[in-house]
Amino acid sequence: MLEQIEGSQAVARTVGLCRPAVIAAYPISPQTHIVEKLSDLVRTRELEPCEYLMVESEFGALSACIGASAAGARTYTATSSQGLLFMAEALFNASGLGLPLVMTVANRAIGAPINIWNDHSDAMSMRDSGWVQLYAESNQEAVDLHVQAYRLAESLSLPVMVCMDGFVLTHAVEQVDLPGQDEVDRYLPAFVPQQMLDPDDPVTIGAMVGPEAFTEVKYLMHAKQMQALDEIPRLAAEFAEQFGRSSGGLLSAYRLDDADTVVVALGSMLGTLEDVVDSLRDEGVSVGVLGVKCFRPWPRDEIREALSHARRVVVVEKAFAVGAGGIVGQNLRLALQDLPVEVYDVVAGLGGRAVTRASLRRLLDVLLAGGLDPYELHFLDLDTALVQRELERSRHRVRPGPHAENMLRDLGVVGSGPL
Amino acid sequence: MAFQEIKLYQVGTFVAGNRLLDPEQRSVQARMGRSNSLTSGHRACQGCGEALGARYVLDAAMRATDGKMIAANSTGCLEVFSTPYPESSWQVPWLHSLFGNGPAVASGMAAALKAQGREDIRVVAQAGDGGTVDIGFGTLSGMFERNDDVLFVCYDNQGYMNTGVQRSGATPPAARTANTKPVGGTTGNVFGQGKNLPQIAMAHEIPYVATATVAELRDLEHKVERAMEFRGARYLHVYVPCPLGWGAAPADTIRLARLVKETGIFPVFEAEHGVVTEVSRIRHQVPVEDYLRPQRRYAHLFGDPPRRDLIDRIQAGADRNIARFGLLDDPDTSDLPGARP
Ligand SMILES: Cc1ncc(C[n+]2csc(CCOP(=O)(O)OP(=O)(O)O)c2C)c(N)n1
Ligand code: SF4
Repeated sequence: MLEQIEGSQAVARTVGLCRPAVIAAYPISPQTHIVEKLSDLVRTRELEPCEYLMVESEFGALSACIGASAAGARTYTATSSQGLLFMAEALFNASGLGLPLVMTVANRAIGAPINIWNDHSDAMSMRDSGWVQLYAESNQEAVDLHVQAYRLAESLSLPVMVCMDGFVLTHAVEQVDLPGQDEVDRYLPAFVPQQMLDPDDPVTIGAMVGPEAFTEVKYLMHAKQMQALDEIPRLAAEFAEQFGRSSGGLLSAYRLDDADTVVVALGSMLGTLEDVVDSLRDEGVSVGVLGVKCFRPWPRDEIREALSHARRVVVVEKAFAVGAGGIVGQNLRLALQDLPVEVYDVVAGLGGRAVTRASLRRLLDVLLAGGLDPYELHFLDLDTALVQRELERSRHRVRPGPHAENMLRDLGVVGSGPL
Repeated sequence: MAFQEIKLYQVGTFVAGNRLLDPEQRSVQARMGRSNSLTSGHRACQGCGEALGARYVLDAAMRATDGKMIAANSTGCLEVFSTPYPESSWQVPWLHSLFGNGPAVASGMAAALKAQGREDIRVVAQAGDGGTVDIGFGTLSGMFERNDDVLFVCYDNQGYMNTGVQRSGATPPAARTANTKPVGGTTGNVFGQGKNLPQIAMAHEIPYVATATVAELRDLEHKVERAMEFRGARYLHVYVPCPLGWGAAPADTIRLARLVKETGIFPVFEAEHGVVTEVSRIRHQVPVEDYLRPQRRYAHLFGDPPRRDLIDRIQAGADRNIARFGLLDDPDTSDLPGARP
């Protein structure tokens, strides 16, 4: 049913339709609206049977989901940013134990400096945790991905993260087609655990494994993720057939067929990019957009295939590996090695900086004019003068003070102007 | 799970042969059909109090729940010596949790069972003192505060034994550990309040809190069974000597566990909803020295000259416990622990 609804509310209601039996969550912006709504659904018994655990931390939240899942319950949690990092140890445990958890990550920057706005640093920092990572482009897709995520998690018995851009999606009110309970039930059967704590059939889950089999155990985790590369498109197709709209899958292609230049991105930025590409196309430039919907497992072959005809690929990503470069960019280079394609890395939108059409257009204009170095890491809208001033300052002063405050003062945002 | 027929063990301190008792009065361990939750053949050190404690606790819990029980286990010696794959010693459904999240994992298990309408299946979580009083403290306090239906058992061997005997928040004053060595003029672990988790648990006013030692195994079994009569959060703190970490003879495990109570250093009691309801009285009071001397972790107190000052402070702590819990009151009427009607 079409509804004008906030992204968080839509996700919460859809999660409710997936009938989790245990929800454990700890509040953090911009995830809060999701779990607040779910706590309402549990209290009003719209979602029943379901236990909602008010835990003492994110570490506790994910841990409770681990215990609940091992005891045979479908579970749910959601977090962001520092919360996801606080879960880190349990994240690896959940995937190592092969538990089919589903978690929403309302993507947000990681401090310090503290910043509550959107980028992908949180989820990207956990890219090697063994969780599947799906990225939603819109609230509609966020809703649909949750339904698919449970199918995926439970069919392979592995944990799945649905990433949606904090605020940009979670707090945006737009039209969303919310599925009905019958529809979800038809798509998502009741949870049948592949391993479980059962007094009638006692098993030890998570025994200690030494060097003789640890590699093999880890390989099996990898093998499951590789299986997900087949499973995800299959589930997306089935979803499209039943619900009459397509969401998810591994990749999305926009005006890609004859595109010389392709922009690769994740999440809510895709819509803006498509607009920019439309205007460039109107001017006769052959550009397209490739959306990465599934970042883990990394759909290497599919990406290679999709980009095989491109001459230039520019990755615009909302996170980066400090001291190394673009994360998606590095993965992309692996996928495209030996192809005659130039790959450009652009970091954009950190800490909630708006990724505007104008900036993207400027970026593409410079790229098309040959003004971007493929071996450098680029930052969209980086205030280089500001950075230079601060670098200077730290070179010349013994105790230059906190960078962030200095730069804000330079900008005249706080304090009394330049020192 | 099925209960197994097992050979009988002779156990205990002042407990005379269980086998002579009427079958119904026998301890869980002395019955022919016990669950054998933690099988022999695991890799604990000889004389490990933790292994002994865990076996008694889980078998008693299994009996109390008629075999309908699942367990979570924090990282530590107990987990490591019992589960080197593929040689799991566990006959109960058992889940590895991390070092710091055992209570939360157990909360999740309890929530799942509740949602599934399977509250006939009960949840037990266990950890060492490090997993309980230090790294898992936050999740444990949360579990208490929500009053989740979990029995949490701390096996207190007073240090991080699994990583090589370092200090924990439960390490007693003056004890030597790998990182509180009596070097450079220091005297082992510093004196302080320490972290008294049984009392912190009581402050949460959860339904049941108890302490026990492996010297009084009937009492331990009784407390587990008592704990399983309650719903909600329950906490059992079991004192378990660690021969390796303490530098004690494996044969002294039970003796030390008895002495720690008889000195007053470790008060053995039960509390319900934040109020002490029972204490195990001291039957033959002994000076703390008798307890300290057999342990190499206190050897530096008995050098030449001996550290009388430190021994006196330990004695003062024991005396404080004796006064606070009334451990010497009315000694004549005290009954055998665990044998109370
Ligand atoms: C986050 C984390 N930090 C440190 C460790 C290493 N570690 C494993 S067991 C342990 C000590 C366990 O001590 P305790 O809980 O007292 O149990 P014991 O081994 O003494 O029975 C430590 C420090 C860990 N597993 N996880
Ligand atoms: S080190 Fe101590 S606690 Fe660990 S197995 Fe040995 S005796 Fe038991």
